Order: sequence, then structure tokens, then C-alpha cells
Amino acid sequence: MSTHRVRDRAAPPALERPGVVWALPGLLFFLVFAVAPMAGVLYLSFTHWDGLSSPQFTGAENWSRFFGDSQVWQSTLVTGVLLVGNIVVQAPVSILLGVWSAGHQRNRAVLSAVFFLPLLLSTAATAIMWRQLLDPNFGLPSKVAWLFGTNPLGTQKGGIACLVLVTSWQFVPFHSLLYQGAARAIPHTLYQAAAIDGAGRVRQFFHITLPQLRNTTITSTIFMVVGGLTAFDIVLLLTNGGPGTDTSILPFSMYQTAFRTYDYGYASAIASFLLLLATAASVLLTKLSGFDKMTSTLEGL
Amino acid sequence: MRTRPNYAAGAAALVWLVIIGVPLYALVNTALQPQSKYTDKGPLGLPSALTLENFTTVLDSGFLQYIWNTVFVAAGTVAIVLALGIPISYAVVRGRGLLSRGVFRLFLLGLAIPSQAVIIPLFLIINDLGFYDTLWGIILPTAAFALPVSVLVLSGGMREISTELYEAMALDGARPARTLLTLVVPMSKSAIATTSVFTALQAWNGFLFPLIMTQSDENKLVTLGLYNFVSQYGANVPALLAAVLMSALPILVVYLFARRALVAGLMGAGGK
Repeated sequence: MSTHRVRDRAAPPALERPGVVWALPGLLFFLVFAVAPMAGVLYLSFTHWDGLSSPQFTGAENWSRFFGDSQVWQSTLVTGVLLVGNIVVQAPVSILLGVWSAGHQRNRAVLSAVFFLPLLLSTAATAIMWRQLLDPNFGLPSKVAWLFGTNPLGTQKGGIACLVLVTSWQFVPFHSLLYQGAARAIPHTLYQAAAIDGAGRVRQFFHITLPQLRNTTITSTIFMVVGGLTAFDIVLLLTNGGPGTDTSILPFSMYQTAFRTYDYGYASAIASFLLLLATAASVLLTKLSGFDKMTSTLEGL
Repeated sequence: MRTRPNYAAGAAALVWLVIIGVPLYALVNTALQPQSKYTDKGPLGLPSALTLENFTTVLDSGFLQYIWNTVFVAAGTVAIVLALGIPISYAVVRGRGLLSRGVFRLFLLGLAIPSQAVIIPLFLIINDLGFYDTLWGIILPTAAFALPVSVLVLSGGMREISTELYEAMALDGARPARTLLTLVVPMSKSAIATTSVFTALQAWNGFLFPLIMTQSDENKLVTLGLYNFVSQYGANVPALLAAVLMSALPILVVYLFARRALVAGLMGAGGK
């Protein structure tokens, strides 16, 4: 391969193309800081390690503990519920808002600018703000209990609902911006033709808008899934995994196990499992989207 | 095409406006009230007295340093991502055959690596390289995890450059380096803008890397500063929310001055 490339340099200029050398620095960087740690975490999952002495190889000990650990399965379940809850709430709202704000009316432009505001706050800022708002004594529940209950963060269901609510509050504006851009790019003639055929607004939405937004839907869903699997800061700051360990999702359990109880070996087993879930989700989504066929990426992202 | 107004959609949009607006009102309202007054009326009451003292409390605690650190981290991350991501994408789009395809697939899979899953070995690597408790200990991993999306966006933009233009460059005798600088970079300006916006927001929002990779106060980022304020000012809610508000100011300034680029960048990430 490489000898060919060297020969290419002497060939007519029209044939000269960038070699893999161009990708090398970035590849190396990515290998060191993202790929090598994946191998590292797999290795560490077979060791006992307190972070100070050197790791002791213990075989499958962590993994047999892992499969018998009901807390891990509860965390997996909560992670899954959060993931699904976030997609179910955010996707429809973002699509509707995005399509709506794609119109060029002035009032829509003004409202869209306001919708954008939560994006200015980091997740940490959002979580802290909402934690105060949801405070049972001084926040909204003390004034509008009919809407929030007396202490929404006090139960598992309430805690999960709050996590979905706050995540949606923060990220629906982001996703609706994606949809807004995509909706603006739909050719107007499609709607004109549909209107001539007598299709109403609802039919137009389902038969033109939604199919035309397919690629954006996939992009946006990938962001939601990856974001959902890594929702750590929101849990730490909004519920701190509580009440008890009721809202402790996988990344949170991993963090607690590693950096609070210094059981890095077992935490690596949890982390490996998280890695497996994320890879499975990503392979599934890239297959569904056709992202892996290089030509279609232009459409997708 | 004239259509009648869509009242249902308008009403739904107004509902969302309330959902967005009410918490933001409560945030600003509480941050502006003296601590003694805020418990009286709840977060939604009309303010009886306004004060800026909460902001001075926050400033006195060294918050500006955190903001400055965050700006540095965001700028450093964007610089690394562009410096590495542009050549990668160029090689992926213009390179030949299996290798470029393989590189692309690697980054595609990289999209799915949750930073949480690899944080333990990453912590070791940063430690071994001597970057623990420095801002570079945050910048390097943040950049690595921003690379996959960036390569996807950048290569998407570069694929839109027509083959004729590359051929014309080659006829002029341009080598890949000159083609990259005089053709590819100027032609993929919008993809580069999108990548920069995206990466900067990611760095701005980062929490896990700053939490694990740094320790001392002088290397704290805004998100971590906020996290610490929760315990430090737990009882002083107006000061806490003033800090939350101040943490958004830099992005707000960017938004006011570069609104078009920011929004276009985010919309461009969604695909057409």
C-alpha cells in the first residue's frame, strides 16, 4: 500500500491524493485518549485495584459479583427507563417545535430566540437551578403543589420524572434547532403539490414533513442515546442518585464505586458493561441510518 | 402559498414558552433578591427588593478565575479538534480506498464511547503524562471525545466540494497541502464553524473531566465551581442562583454577538 503511494507522488499531478499520513496525528491522539482506555477498562475489570498499589489480577471475580449485584441491575433498568423517557418526551416535542419555528413569521422568530435560552446554561447550572425550583420547602412545590406534588424528588418515580423533565427542558431547544434547520430545507414545491391534491395540514405533516426529516430524526436520536447513557452530571446534581439509590444510573454507580469507595476493579466491570451497551446502541443506530455507507453521511449529519 | 393561521400549534408553542420562561424568570428573580426576602414569596413572587449583592458575593469567591479557565479550555479544545480533525477529514474524503474507509469507521464507532466508561484508565493516562490537575488534563480528553462528531461534520462538509475543483487544483500543480489550505478549508467554512460551536459548547458544558482531572481551586472550571457552591452556599440560595446566572454570561455574550453563526452552526449539525 505505502509503496504505491510513494510511486503516486511521481505520477501526474491529477492523481495525487492525500495519504493516510494526514490522518495519522489525529488517529494517534484518538487512540491514546479514547481507544486505549477502552482496552484499559476491560483489563482493569479483571483486577482488584484500590488506586494506590498496583492492580491484582483476580480473574472473573468482579464479573461474577457483577452478575449477582442487584444494584447494578436496578441501575441498568433506571438507565433504560430514563433513556426511553427522554426520547419519548423530547422527540415529539422537538419535532413539533422545530417544524413550527421553521416558518418565517416574525412572532415565530422571536419565540424561537427565547426557546434557545436554556442552551446557554450548562447541565450543572440547569440542574442547580431546577433543584432549587423543586425544593419542597421554598420552591415551586410549596406554591403550586397541585402541579408538582409536595416533594417530587422524594420518590423514585418522581425523581425519574424530574430527571426527564429537566433534561428535556435543557435539550429540547437543541434538538428543535436541528429540526428547524432541516424543516427549512424541505422544498416548498412538495407542499404546494400536496395542497393542490387537497391534502390538509395534518396529512402534509405526516406524508411530507416527517419523511423528509428522517435523517435528522436519526441524528437527533443518536445524540439522545449517547447523551442518555452519559447523563451523569444531571443525576449527581439533581437527585444525587436518591432517594436512596433509586435514581442511580450506571455511570453514577460507576463513579461512586470508583471515586468514592476506591474499588476501581469492580467499577471497571460496570464501565465495561456501559461500553458494551453504548457500542450495541451505536451499531444498531448506524446500521438503521446507513451512516456506515460513507456516501449517506452528507445527508445524515 | 397562503395558509390560515395554525392556532393549535401556536397555542402549543405558547405552552412551551411558559415552560421555558417560568424557570428562567424564577432564576433571575431569585438571584436579584436579598437573602432575607427570598423565602417570603417563593420563586415566582414579584420581587420586593432588588440587590446586586449576590453577584458581588460570587465575584469575591473567585468566580472570574473559573470563567477564565473555562474560556481557555474551550479555546484550547477547539484549536486541537480543528488542527487534528481537518486533516483527518481531508484524508477520509480525498484519500483512497480501504484506509480512508477504515479511519472513517473508527471514528463512527468512536461516537459511541461514553467518556464515563473509560474515565478510570483515562485518569491513569493523564496522571502518567503529568497533566493531572492542569487545564491540559481537561483539554486533551475533551478534544479526543469531540473528535468523532467533528470528523463526521467536517467530512460531510468537505464531500460537498465538487471533484472538478480538486481536479482544477491538481492541474495547477497543487500538492495536497496547498489544496487543503487554498481549497478545502475555505470551502468548508460552515462545517468548520459548526464544529467550533459544537466543540466549544461541549467544553463549556463539561463536568466529568474537570471533576476527575483537576483538584486545586486555581484550575477549577465554571461547572465545578457551581458544584462546589452547592455545598458552600447551600443556605444562600440567591447567591447560588446568581452564580448560575453568571456562569451563562459568557455564552450569552457570544450569543448576542454571533447569534447567526451560533444558530446556523447548531442547525447545520442536524442535516438537511
